[in-house]
Parts: sequence; C-alpha cells; structure tokens
Amino acid sequence: MTTPRPETLAKLTPVLTKRWLSPDAWRIGTYENLDGYAALRKALKAHPDDLIQLVKDSGLRGRGGAGFPTGLKWGFIPQGDGKPHYLVVNADEGEPGTCKDLPLMTYDPHSLVEGVIIASYAIRANRAYIYIRGEAVHAARRLRSAVAEAYAKGYLGRNILGSGFDLDLVVHSGAGAYICGEETALLDSLEGFRGQPRLRPPFPATHGLYASPTVVNNVGTIASVPYIVLGGADWWKTMGTEKSSGPMIYSLSGRIANPGQYECSMGITLRELIELAGGMKPGHNLKFWTPGGSSTPLLTAEHLDVPLDFEGVAGAGSILGTTATQIFSDQDCPVYATYRWLEFYHHESCGKCTPCREGNYWMVRVYRRILSGQGTHEDLDTLLDTCDNILGRSFCGLGDGATSSVTSSLKYFKQDYLDYIEGRTAPKLSEKTLVGAH
Amino acid sequence: MSTFTEETRLRAREIIARYPADRSRSALLPLLHLVQSEEGYVSPAGVEFCAEVLGLNKAQVGAVATFYTMYKRKPTGEYLVSVCTNTMCDVLGGQKVYDALAEHLGVGHEETTADGKITLEHAECLAACDYGPVMTVNYDFFDNVEPQGALDVVEELRAGGRPMPTRGARLCTLKEMAVQLAGFADERDGAVADGGPGEPSLRGLRLAEQHGVSVPGFDPKTPIRSKAEADRAAAEAKAKAEAAKPAPAPEPAKAAEQVLPEAATGSTAPDVKAPDAKSPQVRTAETRQPDAATAVPDAPGTKIPVDGPPPVPRDAQAAEAAGTAANPPAGDGKPAGDAAGAQERNLKEAEAGTGADGADPADANGSGVRK
Repeated sequence: MTTPRPETLAKLTPVLTKRWLSPDAWRIGTYENLDGYAALRKALKAHPDDLIQLVKDSGLRGRGGAGFPTGLKWGFIPQGDGKPHYLVVNADEGEPGTCKDLPLMTYDPHSLVEGVIIASYAIRANRAYIYIRGEAVHAARRLRSAVAEAYAKGYLGRNILGSGFDLDLVVHSGAGAYICGEETALLDSLEGFRGQPRLRPPFPATHGLYASPTVVNNVGTIASVPYIVLGGADWWKTMGTEKSSGPMIYSLSGRIANPGQYECSMGITLRELIELAGGMKPGHNLKFWTPGGSSTPLLTAEHLDVPLDFEGVAGAGSILGTTATQIFSDQDCPVYATYRWLEFYHHESCGKCTPCREGNYWMVRVYRRILSGQGTHEDLDTLLDTCDNILGRSFCGLGDGATSSVTSSLKYFKQDYLDYIEGRTAPKLSEKTLVGAH
Repeated sequence: MSTFTEETRLRAREIIARYPADRSRSALLPLLHLVQSEEGYVSPAGVEFCAEVLGLNKAQVGAVATFYTMYKRKPTGEYLVSVCTNTMCDVLGGQKVYDALAEHLGVGHEETTADGKITLEHAECLAACDYGPVMTVNYDFFDNVEPQGALDVVEELRAGGRPMPTRGARLCTLKEMAVQLAGFADERDGAVADGGPGEPSLRGLRLAEQHGVSVPGFDPKTPIRSKAEADRAAAEAKAKAEAAKPAPAPEPAKAAEQVLPEAATGSTAPDVKAPDAKSPQVRTAETRQPDAATAVPDAPGTKIPVDGPPPVPRDAQAAEAAGTAANPPAGDGKPAGDAAGAQERNLKEAEAGTGADGADPADANGSGVRK
C-alpha cells in the first residue's frame, strides 16, 4: 500500500470524528475534558437569533442528503407565535451505503446531545426528539446513557445552567422502516402512525410535529453545531468549498483496500478518496460508484475527478446525498446491483403513492426476467417508461431514488443489459430463485 | 386484558409519560416494542394492550404494528439473526452467508428453528457497509462475516453460548432487547461500555494522526457576534464602501452582504428592528392553516408521575376530535394534509410559489429520502 501524497492527506479534516479516537468519549467526563459542553455554555450567553445568524454565516448545509442551508431552516421557525416548537433529529440512518451517523452516535453521543440543546435554544424549542433507527441498538444505548448523564449534570431539564432555558430530550427508537428517514414520514411515525410521507407544503417549519413549528435535522448537521459555536463561522468556512462549507464524513465501502470513514474537506474527489483508502483492492478496477447512497445516480470511472460537494456532483448529473460512496469494480455487475437496490425500494416503499408502490414492484420483476436470461429489448423501454412514471409523481423522494440507479445504469451500462438479453452473459438468477416471479 | 404483567403496565405508563400529555399516541412505537419484550412478537393481545393504554381502537394499533419490519407477527426465537443482503453486502458475500445459514438451520426468511433458539431473516442495509458483509444477532453486529464464521456463531448460540459481537454489547435475548428498544436503559453491568470503535470507523482519523494532519485555526474562544454588532459592522462597511466609491451600487457592499445578508440589506441604523421579521412565505403558511391551535399543554418538566393513573382514554379522544375538527383526516386517521380540500389549497399555494421555505421547496427538506 502506497502512502497518499501530502496534498491529498491535507484534505483530511478530523472535526466531528476527532473524539472517536478516545475510547471513553461517550462518557460525560471524558467528553467534558475534550471541549465538551463548552459550546453550550458559550451559546446560552448569546441571543438565540445570533446563533441562527451564526449558523447562517457558517454556510452549514444539511448532512442528510438534500443539503438545505441549516441556518435558513432554523430561521423559518416563526418566533413569538405562542405555539410550542420542536427539534427532531433524524437518526434513522438507512440509505444503502450510508454508515456515518451510527459510529458518531456510538463513539461521541454527547456531541449530538450538545448540538440538540444549542439548536433547541436557538429555535426556542422546549422539547426535542432523537428519532433513531430501531436496529441501531448500540448507538441507542450510548445515546440514552449520554442523555441520562446530561440530565444529571444539569445540561438538560429545567433552567439549564441557570439560563432559564428548559429542554426535555427523548431518544425514540424506530421499528424498521427506511421511509421514516424521510422527514414527514418520520414525523408521522413519531406521532404514533404508520410512517408515510405528508404532502408539502405546508412544511414542517410551520406544521411539523403535532402541527407545530418543527426543525428536522440530520445527526451530522446537529453534531456540527457545537464546533461552529466554538470555532466560529469563519473557521468553519476554511474547510470545504464556497457553497459547500465545512468538513464531511465520506463513507467508503466496497472494492477498495481500506473501506471506512474519512472526514475530509468538502469537494474532495473520488480519486483522492481512493488514494486515502489505499487504492482499489488488488485485481479490481473501478467500474461504477454511488456518490451518496443508492438513491443517487451511479457515476463511473470518468467521474473520478468530480469535486464531491453539492454543486460538483449535481454538475455531473448525480446528487451528493449522504456522501456514501459505494465503490464497485469490473467484477461487479451493474444490472444485478440495480436489481438488488430495487428489491430494497420495493420492500421499503410505504405504499402510499401508487407510482412508487406499483412501479417498483414491476421493475423488480422485469429485472428478474432480464437476469434470468429471459429479457427482451422491450424490457429496457418498459424500465425507462416505468421510471418516467415514478419520478416526481410521489409525495416523497423514495420513488425518485429508486429510479436513479435504473436510469443511470441504463445510461452508462446498456451493453451489460444487452449482454443478458442477447445471451452473452450467463443468467445470474436461476429458475429456483424465480419461482413465483412471473 | 390480563396477560401482561404489572411490570409491563408500569413501564407502559413510564413510556407514555415521556410524551406531551395529550399526545400519548407518540408512545405507540415504544409500546409495541414493549409488548414484544413480554411475548416475543406483537400478538393480538399485545395490540389490544396498546389500544387499551392509549385509548385507541385495535384497528388503529394493528395498522401501525403491521407497517414496521421490527414488529414480528409470529413468535420469534431467543435470537434474531439478520443477514444484510442489500447490494453492497450481497456483492461482498452476504447472500452466501444467508444461504449457508438457511440451509444449515433448515429455515427461511422470518422462520424459527424448531428448538425456538433462532429466527433467521435477510435484512436491508444495516448501515455498516464499511464492515460488509455484516450480520447482526439481536441487532448487535458481527462484522465481515463469512459463511463458516456465521455457522459457528449460530451453533454456539444453539449450544447455549453467547458469542461476543464484533462491535456492540454482549448479547442478550431478543425479548430483553425489546425492553431497550422501548426506551429503557441497558441495565447490564458494563454492557454500554462494550465494543470499541472498529478500524474502518477510524481509518481517516488514523491517517490524519499518523501524518500530523489537523484543521488549523480552531479557537474555541471565537466570539459569537451579536445582532447589534453585526448591524454596526455592516453599517460601517456600507458607509466605507460609499465613501470609497460614491458612484452606482458599490461592490464592497456586496462583500459585506455575503457575510451578513440580512444586516447588510436592512436598516443602517443599529438596533432598529424591522416591524415584522418573518418572511412572507412563513406568514402565508401561517395564515393558510391557521389552526394547529390544538395547542399542546407542553411545559417541559411537567411530566405525568410514573406511578399516577394512566391517561384517560377520553383525553386522547378529545384531542383527536379537536385535531379532526381542525384538519379533517383521510379514512385512516392520518393527521395532516390528507383532506382533499387541504391538498387543493396546498397545490394552489405551491403553484403560486409560496412554499413555506421560500427557496426551492422541492429541495428544501430532503427531497431525497435521507440516508
């Protein structure tokens, strides 16, 4: 394994991940020794509006996939309206490829708790919820322990640190539904309903949890807040690009020598990331990859130098998403990969909107036919037509995400499809797995 | 309803007390985990229990229970073995692991071995792709599994052993895990401390440490600028800009604007607040659905005493009736936005470009499903 070049190493920006190296950072004592809760003390002395302005100035954008400016979102909460406000943290990590929030909550849960308190103070919320994915049990253990410690130390509860500000924080475990990562579905789930998305507008900023003004932010977004409060907006902007400021945790998985979490300045390229990860696995050559999870259109080896920030990836026809870069090689089949993702979307579609519910159901069956060597050329048109009828025709983005890998793999790897259809590639699915598929 | 223990009933009250007084329905997901902790699955009795303590009917609870994968509808084994077979894990060998286990145990997806020890399932992405292929036992991780390793784990489980997960805490039973999922602390001595970070989580950090890379310029004492200061600075910048370049629309003002968009475009006089700081979009959204006035008595700290009586079903029903009156729901009792009239209103608003977010509404709040 070759050592990465110094200029590539310089793009590493250990900020949010820094404490993971301290094995006890999940305990409040260790956390406090590592700048912990210093940001809270500082923030409580400032006016809430100034904190919102600070986050606006920092250029922080949502880390959950859409990249919406966080300060702006906070600013939308109507103040002085006499209604209760809520902060809800979206910790329902489940986008295929994404694996950055779970380690953060497991190894440094207090940074999230501290961020929650500061954000709640800024938007004048007295109740906050962390909606954590049900399966994330160890992260939830650490988080619940952190919340209990924070209550015991007076960082949560009534009159926090003598400021007069009150906050209750509940860690709420989900129950296994990817759709609950969509913010309005999450809110429905948190209200005790099936997790199905709501039509927007109205947006959660005015009609969120319990029809009250609500901010829903991702784990990484909220965990960034204490650092911005401590280091300031100008320092934060020394990292990243002009429109995508700050550090970002890139999650590398797949056919590389060292998969893992690499927190880097936003705008790093995949070429540089692979260099940091020790190169491709021996015998593997990059064929396709997702820049931000399976809901983002696939990119190929020709996109190795695309800057991985919100604008750069959009310019290449994809989406930065959650910076979950899943890396596949020439030994992996894009048709099969897409088929597995579709199985996922089919399973996770909440069933509310017909295009997504039915479209994914049928596309899975078309893929099975192609992969079993029984596909026809018309199947490819059927796929594109189905995608046309899903994209933009449902309440939320789940269906849109499902079409991403279909249309992008057909765009870049049509030949792989034709090889199955015209019999040049051996069928990948056997008769046995196809029972009941037609 | 007599099948549930007094302890479970006590826990149910504790769960309900976590949520605002008349929003007890929020307790439904944890309550479903709770009934699983006693029965190992959500039985008709479990549904009835939840309905009873929340003042809902069984259909409302059943509709929710059947929506979520983690609520099992058949009795489960002591250990739930989940193998990720989503694309990345599949490509790295996860499907082989699942197939080997299914063959060895003689069970399929969501089926339980005859000895009642193990329920097998194939799972969707478990958010540990850098450790793939992964398998979990009662949701704690076994990383980089291979077929033989997975068989060893289940054999040890069947023999009464408890292999240690790669990350996460020592194993407990699925019922014990359901108590934690219902929101209770893991009481086992040292369990929370189990499981240090795995190498993949630390890869980037180790590289940075090894090569002495850090982010320069971090000063935790950096002051938070107040509005007054910001206004003053903006006014000064503007004055300076005007003095330097009196002629049309001076450019330095633009620089100031970048840093302080609101301040720079607002009044130059410090401390004079605009009459209404709300954006027009927010105001529109507020007037559009003026209700939400199902106001929540929501003072923090005012929790229902745990040993107090459970909420009277009438409370929930009254709240629901109020909500329904304010925002007529669709047939399934969903809260917002389902009424035809509401949709029409919203569509009109959307067409008129008055999304509450002002900016691109499609992008505003995770148009992509998050993570």
